[in-house]
Amino acid sequence: MRIRIHHQTHYRYAERPSYLVQRLHLTPTNFDGQKTIDWKISTAGIENALSYVDGFGNLIHLVTAHNLPLENIVLAEGEVETKDTAGLVTGLISNVPDTVFLRQTLLTMPDASISAELMQWGDKASALATAHSLMGHLHETVAYEVGTTQTNSTAAEAFARRSGVCQDHSHLMVGMARSLGIPSRYVTGYLVTGAGASSVAAHAWAELLIPDLGWVGFDATNCQSPTEQYVRVAAGLDAMAVAPVKGSRRGGTEAEQMTVEVRVEIAQQ
Amino acid sequence: MSELFNEMGGGKGQTRPPYVDIEAWLKTISSTDVERAKREAENRFRRQGITFAVYGDDAATERLIPFDIIPRVFSALEWRRLSAGIEQRVRALNAFLHDIYHRQEIIRAGRIPHHIITQNAAFVPEMVGVNPARGIYAHIVGVDIVRVAENEFYVLEDNCRTPSGVSYMLEGREAMMHLFPDLFVQQRVAPVDNYPALLRKTLESVAPAGCMGEPTIVVLTPGIHNSAFFEHAFLADEMGVELCEGGDLFVSDGALYMRTTQAPQRVDVIYRRIDDAYLDPLSFKPDSAIGIPGLVDLYRAGRVTIVNAPGTGIADDKSIYTYIPDVIEFYTGEKPLLKNVPTWRCSEADSLSYVLDNLAELVVKEVHGSGGYGMLVGPTSSKQEIENFRAILKTNPSNYIAQPTLALSTVPTYTASGVAPRHVDLRPFVLSGDQVRITPGGLTRVALKEGSLVVNSSQGGGTKDTWVLED
Repeated sequence: MRIRIHHQTHYRYAERPSYLVQRLHLTPTNFDGQKTIDWKISTAGIENALSYVDGFGNLIHLVTAHNLPLENIVLAEGEVETKDTAGLVTGLISNVPDTVFLRQTLLTMPDASISAELMQWGDKASALATAHSLMGHLHETVAYEVGTTQTNSTAAEAFARRSGVCQDHSHLMVGMARSLGIPSRYVTGYLVTGAGASSVAAHAWAELLIPDLGWVGFDATNCQSPTEQYVRVAAGLDAMAVAPVKGSRRGGTEAEQMTVEVRVEIAQQ
Repeated sequence: MSELFNEMGGGKGQTRPPYVDIEAWLKTISSTDVERAKREAENRFRRQGITFAVYGDDAATERLIPFDIIPRVFSALEWRRLSAGIEQRVRALNAFLHDIYHRQEIIRAGRIPHHIITQNAAFVPEMVGVNPARGIYAHIVGVDIVRVAENEFYVLEDNCRTPSGVSYMLEGREAMMHLFPDLFVQQRVAPVDNYPALLRKTLESVAPAGCMGEPTIVVLTPGIHNSAFFEHAFLADEMGVELCEGGDLFVSDGALYMRTTQAPQRVDVIYRRIDDAYLDPLSFKPDSAIGIPGLVDLYRAGRVTIVNAPGTGIADDKSIYTYIPDVIEFYTGEKPLLKNVPTWRCSEADSLSYVLDNLAELVVKEVHGSGGYGMLVGPTSSKQEIENFRAILKTNPSNYIAQPTLALSTVPTYTASGVAPRHVDLRPFVLSGDQVRITPGGLTRVALKEGSLVVNSSQGGGTKDTWVLED
């Protein structure tokens, strides 16, 4: 399947920034399940940006610009060819030892009530069975509801509310899996929901290391493993580590206004 | 406890050879000479601004570290043995850091449990897969060593983050040469004053691969309020490089620049004296106002060298310390030349119960603490202090390790009642770049209170000049 993506982040500042530095995790990397056909990022300073692949296999851009106007747009767009791998993620270049993905972060760390919930998963079940039942359980008990959590909400906060968005589902999934001894990574990307359909937000899911299979994706929000409708962008320990855009600026103390617009469509062949 | 080892006298009245001249010299100087010299030395330090800040002390924030004028002396042979052990240890620590942030062979081999590394707050995931210049992470290490007998030395801890104190070593030597020039005529003492030049050489040798010509080096300080600000300024000055705060540096088009009165100047190597967490608000603490946004990305991409590397704290974390003898064997294939102090991990039930039963004999420290804070020295504590500490220890045992109180060696020291033995430790400074360079001697810290084993400057410790005699 060919998927066309248009991911725009629009910033409006109260004062013109004299200097801006942004780190972007906005480029899909190739693996057996996907291949980038064309991809382009545009934003102030992109022509001289530093780009590099980190140890996790993510392609990062570090963009700097001086004396900006009152608005700045970060636009990533292009086309990616995908195929169904039944959720298996192979052929990805990553140098991270598996045990690093057992590390909890402030965003994934289970609190007492999540730990109590985890009691029902003993160590008898296989990792694969555990992964499926965790995914199903989160899908059923934590409602998808926009606006109940923020971008910096923790897994524990989402669990207390029993609601959240894909970021919260994924933090819960990786945090719980790590607690059960299954290495897990937080993954960002896009999901196209059907022929002719377009989705309006970037997506996130979890990847768990399953013995004998390798890394397998689990999307608790949709209760399925990624299909050819998924485009994978970046992976890390939590959402903060792989935020699509993270920046710091000089000039003006007021918070900027940000609007995000994502269009994901099945491309015309 | 065995008899204390006095480094000047061997205990049976015989003066140890390295101290023969010092002992003779002590007989020739009067207490008025000593008083005058001490005053002069202290005036000198005050003029230079060598003070330090004591945290949690409202009364006097800036204090002078007391300087004792009687040097501590090692023979050439003693030093050769000691420095071989130090070099072996520091090479192993750098190999360990490279492994931990790459394939983790030591974990695969079952020599260290993975959770001690990957769940450790000092482990920095952003460093995974990063390839620093020459594979060096800890370019400057201060290894804290104590002596308990003629041939018995122990490493107390490895300081792999931003070890301080080298300015006291350098200024102490300068003061001694100024006050007692004759002493340095009688004996050949290995010089230490080339440390800044060697530091600069080390920093130049780890410039990024893409750096053409002479690398530009800066010292990055958190600012004037930091307790070691004097040292930051001193080292920048001695090396002839700029002293910068975060606001003086910025990232542009994939490179690091320093603001100057003319055009911005490209920077290749940062000798940073600020903690990992504050280095870069984009990668670490987002509210850090003293860091440089984007710096860690430049580093990860090999555009700039950060000295010491982020994440070196995993090598000097007290929970890792107990594994260092294994670390040395694993990476060097040799037996450790320098021993660790036997250590109980209070996270382990058996160890904890032993520690609780023997608090009066043990030193108990926080796993993540430093500077002599939050610790118990059993033998010098009151019953009440021990009981208070017991309660704290029980609430969070995994936060503590315990060690026997070592009978630290003593060196003659001037006290209110004349020359008397006082306990000392030693922090040699080790530079790693194109080669390993160890300054002969290092910083000797002395516990000025009679019987005290705590040498930290924040707890009433002083310093001494440290001599290594040349053959």
